[in-house]
Amino acid sequence: MWKYILKRVVISIVILFFVGFIIYTMMRLLPTSYVENIARQKSMQPNSKSYEEWLDQLNETYHLDRGILPGYLSWLGEAVQLKFGDSWFYTDPVLQVFSEHIWLSFIMGVVSFFFELIIAIPLGIIAATRQYSKTDYTISVIALAGISLPTFFFASLLKLLFSVRLNVMPLFGLISKDYNQMTSFNQFLDKAWHLVLPIVTLVVISVGSLMRFVRTNMLEELNADYVRTARAKGLSERKVIYHHAFRNTLIPLVTIIGGSLPGLFSGALITETLYALPGIGYTSFQAMIAGDIPFSMFYMVFLAVLTLLGNLIADILYAVVDPRVRIS
Amino acid sequence: MKKQVENEKKDRNEQYSLNDDRRVKVLSPGQLVAKRFFRNRLAVTGLSILVFMFVFSFIGGLISPYSQDQFFYRNELLNREFAAVTENKEFRYMEAEKGSFGSAVNAQAFLAISQGRTEFSYKDVNYTVEPQHDDLYTILSDGKVVGIAYKDVVRSSSGSESLSFDFTYNALLAYTSNQTSFSSGDKSYTIDETGGILEGNQEVAYISRFVVEAKMPDIALSRDFKEKLIVAIQNGETEFTYTDESLILDEEEGQTEDETGGIHTDDPVEEPEGEKNATATYLIERSQNQDNWIIRQEQVSYQYDKYSFPSKTHLLGTDKYGMDMLTRLMYGGRVSLVIGFIVVIIETALGIIMGGISGYFGGWVDNLIMRLVDIFYCIPSTPMLIILGAAMDAARVDPMIRMVYLMLILGFLGWAGIARLVRGQILSLREQEFMTATEACGISVRHRIFKHLIPNVMPQLIVQCTMSLGGVIITEATLSFLGLGVKFPFASWGNIINDVNNTFVLTNYWFIWIPASVLLLLTVLAFNLVGDGLRDAFDPKMKR
Repeated sequence: MWKYILKRVVISIVILFFVGFIIYTMMRLLPTSYVENIARQKSMQPNSKSYEEWLDQLNETYHLDRGILPGYLSWLGEAVQLKFGDSWFYTDPVLQVFSEHIWLSFIMGVVSFFFELIIAIPLGIIAATRQYSKTDYTISVIALAGISLPTFFFASLLKLLFSVRLNVMPLFGLISKDYNQMTSFNQFLDKAWHLVLPIVTLVVISVGSLMRFVRTNMLEELNADYVRTARAKGLSERKVIYHHAFRNTLIPLVTIIGGSLPGLFSGALITETLYALPGIGYTSFQAMIAGDIPFSMFYMVFLAVLTLLGNLIADILYAVVDPRVRIS
Repeated sequence: MKKQVENEKKDRNEQYSLNDDRRVKVLSPGQLVAKRFFRNRLAVTGLSILVFMFVFSFIGGLISPYSQDQFFYRNELLNREFAAVTENKEFRYMEAEKGSFGSAVNAQAFLAISQGRTEFSYKDVNYTVEPQHDDLYTILSDGKVVGIAYKDVVRSSSGSESLSFDFTYNALLAYTSNQTSFSSGDKSYTIDETGGILEGNQEVAYISRFVVEAKMPDIALSRDFKEKLIVAIQNGETEFTYTDESLILDEEEGQTEDETGGIHTDDPVEEPEGEKNATATYLIERSQNQDNWIIRQEQVSYQYDKYSFPSKTHLLGTDKYGMDMLTRLMYGGRVSLVIGFIVVIIETALGIIMGGISGYFGGWVDNLIMRLVDIFYCIPSTPMLIILGAAMDAARVDPMIRMVYLMLILGFLGWAGIARLVRGQILSLREQEFMTATEACGISVRHRIFKHLIPNVMPQLIVQCTMSLGGVIITEATLSFLGLGVKFPFASWGNIINDVNNTFVLTNYWFIWIPASVLLLLTVLAFNLVGDGLRDAFDPKMKR
C-alpha cells in the first residue's frame, strides 16, 4: 500500500514538473509587455534609475533574462521553497494574495458541494429504483439540463429574477454599501446573503452529473445477483435498497467524493467572475487577463496539484473502501 | 375481394416451415441500433432539436433577408437644449485699458447711474458719469474716458476675436444716436438697420440687445442664425425652423453603462457619426424670469437602430450594433456548431492515433503516451484558454485567424480523454480471437489497428464525441461570453449573450440574451440526449 502511494506520488511529481514546464513555456511566449510597463513607471519616479536599468533588474528578478528552460528551473527552484514572488497585478506577494482570497472560494465550494450531495444522492436513488417511470425521466432530464445549462445563462436568469424583478438579492459583490457600519454578526449575515445566488448557481450547474453518477451506480447494484437473493429471501424493498444496494453504491460514491475534495480549493472561476466575488477564481481571472505571470503560474500549478491530489485520493480511497480491491 | 387477397397473403406466410429463415425479419446490427435509438423518446426529441438547430443555422442564414453584417439605421427625433438667449437689461461695463476700471469702481459707477448722480469718487479718484443715451453712459476720470456702461452688446461676426474698446465705444455711440457711420482707428464703418457693422461691404461686427449662447461647447452659432432666432423671439413665436449647411452636430447617446468587473465587452464598432441634417426645428421656451429663452433643437438624426424591440421587420429586435438579432442568431449557431464539430474532429483524430498506438503496442510506448495523457489531463484548461484569449486580444489577432486558433487550442487540450478511452478499449479487444486471426493472416499493423480495432471502438467513440460536442459548445460559448473567444464581426451564441454584462441590457432587453441562451441550452441538451440514447442503443446490456 505505502509502496503504491509512494510510487504514485513520484509519478505525480514528474507529471507536475512537465505540466509546470508547459505552462511556463506558454506564459513566456505570450506577447505581454507588463514588465516594460512597470519599468517605465518606475523610471518615471524622481531620482530613479533609467528605464533600461529597471528593465534589466525586473527581468532578472523574474528570470526573464534567460532561456525558457533555465528560467523555468530557477522559477522551480524558488517555487519549491514556496517563494512565488510578487504578483504584478496586485503588487503583493503571490502567497499573500492567495491566502486572502482562497477561503471565500473554499467556503463556497464546501457549501455548494454539501448541497449537491444532499440533493443528488436521494434523487439519484429514486430515479434508479423507479427506472423508466415518469419520475425517472423527469429527474434524468433535469440532470441533463443542469449539465447543459451554461453558467452565465443561469446566473443571468437568477439575477434578473431575484435581483432586478423581485429586488431581494444583491446583483453582485460580496458586501453591501453600509457594510462598515454593521455589527460583526450582521456583517456575517450580509456576506452570507451575497453568497446565496452564487451557491445556488454552483449547485444547479454541477448537481446533474453527480445525480447521474449515483443513478448509474445504483442501477448497477440493483441488477446484481445479491439483490435478487435479498429479494428472494423476502426482505422488504426498503431494506434491499438502503441496506444492501445503497451500501455498495457508496463505494464509487465515496471514491468520487474524496477525489473532488481538493477541487473545493480551486475556486469557481466563471461563477465568481459573474458575481464579481473576490474569490480565488475571480482574483486569478483578473490577474490572467492582465498577463500577470507570477500569479498565473502559481494558480495554474496549484490547480494541477489539486487535480493530481484528487486522482491520488480517489485511487487510494477506492482500495480502502472496497476490500475486494487490492492494489499493488 | 380484399379479404381474399389477405387470406392469400396469410396462406403464403403459413407456407414457410417453422424454422425457415424467411419467417424472421433479419436486421443488420446497424438497423438494430437505429431501431433501439428511435424507440427512445428522449433521444428522438434530442435528435429533432438538433435537426431544427442545423436547419435554423445553416439554411436559416440563406433564407434570412438580411446578412450577417448588415447594420440597420433609424431616424430618431432628438430634443435637446441647444442654445440660450438672454435679453440684456442690465448694464455691462467695459474698461478702456486693462486695470483702469476695477470691479469696485464698477460697483460705484452702477450706484451712481442708478441714483442719477453724475459724479462719484473712489480711493481719492474722482469720476464723472456722462449719459450719452438711456442705454449708454461714459465714465470719465480727469476728462479721460476710462470706461463705458452699456446695454446693447457688440460682438464680432466671426465670434472669436475680441473687439477693441475704441471700436465698441464708437460703435455704441453711433448706434445709440442713430447714426449710420462711425470711425475707429483709421477705418470707417457703417451700421445697417439690423445692427450689423460693416467695413466696406464686409460685416465685421453686430450690435444686439440679445445675447445668444450655444449650450454645446463645440458649436459656433452663425450670425444669420442668431438674427433669425431673435426675430422669431421678438415675434413671440414658439417654434422656429432654420436651415444651415455649416452646422456640425455629433450624435451621442448618453447611456450609462454598468458593467461587472473584469468581463470584456467587445465594442469594436465606432459610434456612428450622426448624419448632418441641415434643417432643424427649434422650440423656443421662455424661462421663468422672462429675460431668458431656452432654445431646444428638435432634430431628426440618422443612426444605428440599436436595441430596437421585436417588430415585423426584426422578429427578435436588433442588437447593440443595430444588427438583426434573428439573423445574428442563425449565423451564430453556424459558428458555434462548426467550431464544435471541428474541435471534436481534431480531438478524436488525435485521441484515436495516440490511444490506438498506445493500446496496441503497449510497453514503453504505452507508458510514455499515458504519461503524456496524464500531463494533458492536468493542465487546467479554462485558465489556459483565458490567458491565451487575453494574449490574442493584446496581439490584435484577426477575428478569423483567432477562430482557427481557438479551434486548434480546444482540440489540442481535449484529446487526452478520448485517447484514454480508445486505449482502454483496444487493450481488451487486443486479447480477443479475431485479433489473433488478423495476425495469423499477416495483415499489416496499420491495417490491424485502423481496420479491425478502431471500428470496434466506434460505438463508445461516437457516444463520447456526441457528449463532448455539447461540452465544446459550452466552452466556446463561455469563452465568447467572457469576450475571449469568437470576436466581432463574427457572431457566436456566446458573444451575443456577452451583452448581458451590461446591467441595463439584463434588465430591459430580454430579447438580446434570452433567445441565444435558450438556443445554446437546447443544443447542448440535445447533444447530451442523443449521446445518451446512442449509448443505450449501441449497448443494450449497459442500458440503464
